[in-house]
Amino acid sequence: MTGVAPDLLERARAGDKRATARLLSVVENDEPGAAEVLRSVYPQTGRARIVGVTGPPGGGKSTLVDRLAGAYRERGERVAVVAVDPSSPFSGGALLGDRIRMRERFLDEGVFIRSMASRGHGGGLARTTARVVNVLDALGYGVVLVETIGVGQEEVDVVRVADTVCLVTVPGLGDDIQAIKAGILEIADVLVLNKADRPGADETARDLAGTLTLGKPRTAWKPPIVRTVATAGEGVAELVEAIARHFAWAAQSGERDRRRRAAARGEVEELLRDALVRRLRALLGEERVDAAVARVAGREIDPYAAVEELVRGGTGE
Amino acid sequence: MSTGTPATSEPVKRPIRVVVAKAGLDGHDRGAKVVARALRDAGMEVIYTGVHQTPEQVVETALQEDVDAIGVSLLSGAHNFIFPRIAELMREKGLDDVLLFGGGIIPEADVPGLKQVGVDRVFPPGASLDEIVRYLDEAVGKRRGAVA
Ligand SMILES: Nc1nc2c(ncn2[C@@H]2O[C@H](COP(=O)(O)OP(=O)(O)OP(=O)(O)O)[C@@H](O)[C@H]2O)c(=O)[nH]1
Ligand SMILES: [Mg+2]
Repeated sequence: MTGVAPDLLERARAGDKRATARLLSVVENDEPGAAEVLRSVYPQTGRARIVGVTGPPGGGKSTLVDRLAGAYRERGERVAVVAVDPSSPFSGGALLGDRIRMRERFLDEGVFIRSMASRGHGGGLARTTARVVNVLDALGYGVVLVETIGVGQEEVDVVRVADTVCLVTVPGLGDDIQAIKAGILEIADVLVLNKADRPGADETARDLAGTLTLGKPRTAWKPPIVRTVATAGEGVAELVEAIARHFAWAAQSGERDRRRRAAARGEVEELLRDALVRRLRALLGEERVDAAVARVAGREIDPYAAVEELVRGGTGE
Repeated sequence: MSTGTPATSEPVKRPIRVVVAKAGLDGHDRGAKVVARALRDAGMEVIYTGVHQTPEQVVETALQEDVDAIGVSLLSGAHNFIFPRIAELMREKGLDDVLLFGGGIIPEADVPGLKQVGVDRVFPPGASLDEIVRYLDEAVGKRRGAVA
């Protein structure tokens, strides 16, 4: 081990924000030492309340996150924000603009804001967002707000990370409600109707309430619909209240444990997969993998046969 | 897991991270936005924070986002105050390995003074986007090489 990461961890634990920022980069980039960092912080994780904020582009997620951060600060919490924006599939670069709405928090000692690019990962978050959240949790941030990229239909990852998921919609989405209905509504623990100052709020609230009663409820929790005007801070206290109610319900109903178990399973299985692939590759050597790939490309064998052959070769079965 | 192993298989090649900020009182950020987009199109991760940024906000953002470089665009003529202040805060906060560069309307006569206080490069109004991209690629590459 490089020896850099443990020192960073110590300094970050002492409240050094520069060290915290470096530590998050180590984890975000899978730099040497990342695994050690995650292992040493793991016992201290699980204490923060993690709130996911998701929904279609431009709905006001960042503005709302800013307001939520302010509200939690007033309640004496230290708050971390992790805001994810998409990477360009062409250049790999990204324009991370969520901070534009959070400027009032920049100089607050009790707030840490980190922007992340999705780096080609689907699902609304970056591949390492959950780990970044774990580090912030372990460093004592009592609330971690996680903003997903604004897709609208596939922000499924946030369920694996957050204790409470807020889905932000806006009036007049019209046909988009159909798209929302199709799936993403299921992940909402709290439905936020933001931009309630815009025309059509009543109608959209009615539509949302209607669609909520359609499906078979997954649990006894009925997602409340909270109207907000994020730009003016209206409805934010009610939103904080709704999040708290969900959190309390999830804790006593066993939903929180169930989610955390599912998240743990996902994490273990992902690492297991990676470790097995790495081990198999080392056993076989790159050439054998490359040769198999070439034969598949040349239509000599099919991909299933190639994998079967490689696994058999690696495990000696 | 053995020591030094990445958490998962393939370590990501770390993209260059840059804060692009528009400081000063005027609200025109077209230039800054164009630069931000060009850097993104060159594969960089650009943290864009909008107009009216104070030196304190710019430096705190750079610190929390762990960037390689800070680019500040200025039109309002306050460069002789804002750049030295940013450089001073960067030193205070230990951001010595972060590059500071600037652009906008900055008279050529002021450039040597700015370089002296720690601005690595000042781009004149006519500078091409390619030039800025090339500068960052090279300068950040050199710094990272020196650190590693
Ligand atoms: N009228 C009105 N405008 C709002 C409200 N909330 C946010 N906005 C505006 O909506 C625009 C988008 O807000 P953001 O907070 O950036 O939205 P976002 O969902 O984070 O956007 P992405 O991250 O790009 O998906 C901004 O211009 C906000 O000022 C609101 O309650 N009412
Ligand atoms: Mg946003």
